[in-house]
Amino acid sequence: MTARDCDVVIVGTGPAGSTTADVLTAAGKSVIMLEKGRNHLLSLEAPFEPLGHVSNDELKFVFRHFLGPDPFLEPRTFRLSDDDGDRLFTGGVNNLPSTVGGGGFHADGKLPRFREVDFRLLSELGPIEGADLADWPVDYDEMEPYYAEAERVVGVAGDHTENPFAAWRSGPYPMPPGADMFCALVTAEAATRLGYHPYRAPTGVNSVEYDGRPACNNCGFCGMFGCPIDAKGDPVAPLRRALRTGRCEVRPESYVTEIVLDGAGRRAQGLRYLDADGVQREVTADHVVLGAGAFETPRLLLRSGVGDPDLVGHYLMYHFQTFTLGIFPYRLHAHRGRSVTHLMDDPIVPDAAALGAARDAGLPWFRGGIVEHGGAAHVIMEATYSPTGPHHATTMLSSPMRDRMAAFTIQGEDLPQHANRVDLDPHVKDVWGFPAGRVTYEPHRHELACSEHWQPRLEAVMREAGAEVSFSATSPPTPEQVRRHPGGDPTPMSRHVMGTARMGTDPRASVCDPWQRLWDVDNVMVADSSVFPTSTGYGPTLTIVALAIRAARALAGLPPLRSDRPAPV
Amino acid sequence: MAGNGSLHFFSPAQYAVVEAACERLIPAVEGHPGARALGVADYVDGLLGAFAVDPPRIFAGGPFSGRFGGDASFADFMALSRLEELAWRTRIEGSRGIPEREFNGPVTGWQQEYRDGIAAVGDDFCALDGAAQDARLDAVPDFKRLLYRHACEGAYSAPEYGGNRDGLAWQAVQYAGDVQPRGYTDEEVSGRE
Repeated sequence: MTARDCDVVIVGTGPAGSTTADVLTAAGKSVIMLEKGRNHLLSLEAPFEPLGHVSNDELKFVFRHFLGPDPFLEPRTFRLSDDDGDRLFTGGVNNLPSTVGGGGFHADGKLPRFREVDFRLLSELGPIEGADLADWPVDYDEMEPYYAEAERVVGVAGDHTENPFAAWRSGPYPMPPGADMFCALVTAEAATRLGYHPYRAPTGVNSVEYDGRPACNNCGFCGMFGCPIDAKGDPVAPLRRALRTGRCEVRPESYVTEIVLDGAGRRAQGLRYLDADGVQREVTADHVVLGAGAFETPRLLLRSGVGDPDLVGHYLMYHFQTFTLGIFPYRLHAHRGRSVTHLMDDPIVPDAAALGAARDAGLPWFRGGIVEHGGAAHVIMEATYSPTGPHHATTMLSSPMRDRMAAFTIQGEDLPQHANRVDLDPHVKDVWGFPAGRVTYEPHRHELACSEHWQPRLEAVMREAGAEVSFSATSPPTPEQVRRHPGGDPTPMSRHVMGTARMGTDPRASVCDPWQRLWDVDNVMVADSSVFPTSTGYGPTLTIVALAIRAARALAGLPPLRSDRPAPV
Repeated sequence: MAGNGSLHFFSPAQYAVVEAACERLIPAVEGHPGARALGVADYVDGLLGAFAVDPPRIFAGGPFSGRFGGDASFADFMALSRLEELAWRTRIEGSRGIPEREFNGPVTGWQQEYRDGIAAVGDDFCALDGAAQDARLDAVPDFKRLLYRHACEGAYSAPEYGGNRDGLAWQAVQYAGDVQPRGYTDEEVSGRE
């Protein structure tokens, strides 16, 4: 048997890939990580310090694609359904960063856990017509120690006593919460008066010095940026730990073209990729881990001919976002702070009104998602929404769309629908000559009904908080809005993507087994949110990290983690 | 830059048209400078002529500007990767029949869009009154939209990109811009003022 280049080759250096590398290298395995994007995160030479590329620069990060993917080089296409022809839109679609650090790089680091019911939606709440709900092949009790480990590795700041809906925990957060944003204090007080339950958001940003990295100083260039002072742990903490073992090599600007299989197609020999100069290279390994994210992982599987194409890429889920905006008579300075400092779970826990509204909409139930209490932060974006002419400057001076705006965002649960999927566009290509990834996605009426129920309720909170005006919008726009305004942007602004290589217990109905290994290829594992059977109403990242710890430990032959549920008081 | 430094892309006549057009889109009002005073046309000239300098004026450096401490490094623009250069040259120069730029078909670059737009609004543009200038811009909505997008960037981006002269736009709208390594205190985050 010829010598392999490494024990495990990993695609992607985001939270999934980096967490996997951390666990495997700590267990003595050698790892090569192939990352499509550039490296702006940390030096690949000891002591692996920040490179100094990250800055408070809205033009660079928000408008000039600094973190990639550049939509010219890597276009994506989008349509609502097969009825729309080949595509409705070409450009950026839910573009998570393509860079060392992946989706973790630009996230503001809100890291809630799921709750018990989130793993058992089908058996606890029951099916919904038109969606393929499934229970996860793990439950919360099994996940709890991995959540605790994920919070420790990344460094999460929070107060575990504040959310009355939270699941049980084996211990407190590693750090206390950071400073509350003024706009969130205003809206949280009003939400409490109206009977909701806001709490300080668990955040993967240092509130004190932690892991040799400084506390956050609330510069406000958080979500959609990157941290210039290394106060954010995901994914730099696990990646740096992996590099420090000396058993991890990161190769940026490496575009994986295919998974190389043996003759029988049951085992992967490694990966073929194009390097920064476009030269084809290969890495051989005992195991392959895919951490490219729920858009690029299925795209790689499809172009490698791996897996059942009736499952791979299917069940694509975003979060159907509802924005409720409030314009206040005074300034809120939401450009100071960590983008969002408060959450509330109320839309995920249906009350009698929500259950009644669901029945009125012909649904057995609906669930929304966490409500993020935030605001608007930056000026170039504000300017682009302002009018031209003399009203431009008067609008910017008065700043109703930024400095006097508070914003609720609901991360509404998307139901898994088979027709929603990532596949290969028949004509549009990327710069390497491979078919662009195409999204077919239309929200279920579950998402639409839930959003309609919550919009007036959140507008009432804004008015209670003192907003002069409150109104709501969704992202993506509703299908009716898309069809009424052809030529507009029909794509979701959400940066959450899930479901496209779902894990399960039945190989006929899932792509991965309960340990995230492909059913079809013995030594390939999917580490990212492609494996999620349902989307929940929570951001995916902490669960990605926790699942990756679990799956990587199994891959390395380590025993599972266990935790003890505290006795009830 | 304007009148002081050299132009990277526009001729002086083209620059004058862009400057006047941007002033129609973002005119000065009391308390807020207009596009001319902010150097927005310098920003656009710097963008269209990004590759006239090396490294090109695409990604400013970091981590700090020096405005709130630390060593000033925003002005140290970053080298592009091979593929980033391909993307930005295509976006700015157009595909020019070069096969590696035309993997999804030909692309008209911003330089050509500006040449065409400036010609369309007329070489008498600067001599017209405001209402007539507005009418000329309204007659070329795609160019007006592109120009406005760049005007917003030029007015409110970090001054190292050529616009937002002396940070005057940020001052006007009570926005500090980049604040590392100082950041904000807990009181500044949580308090009303």
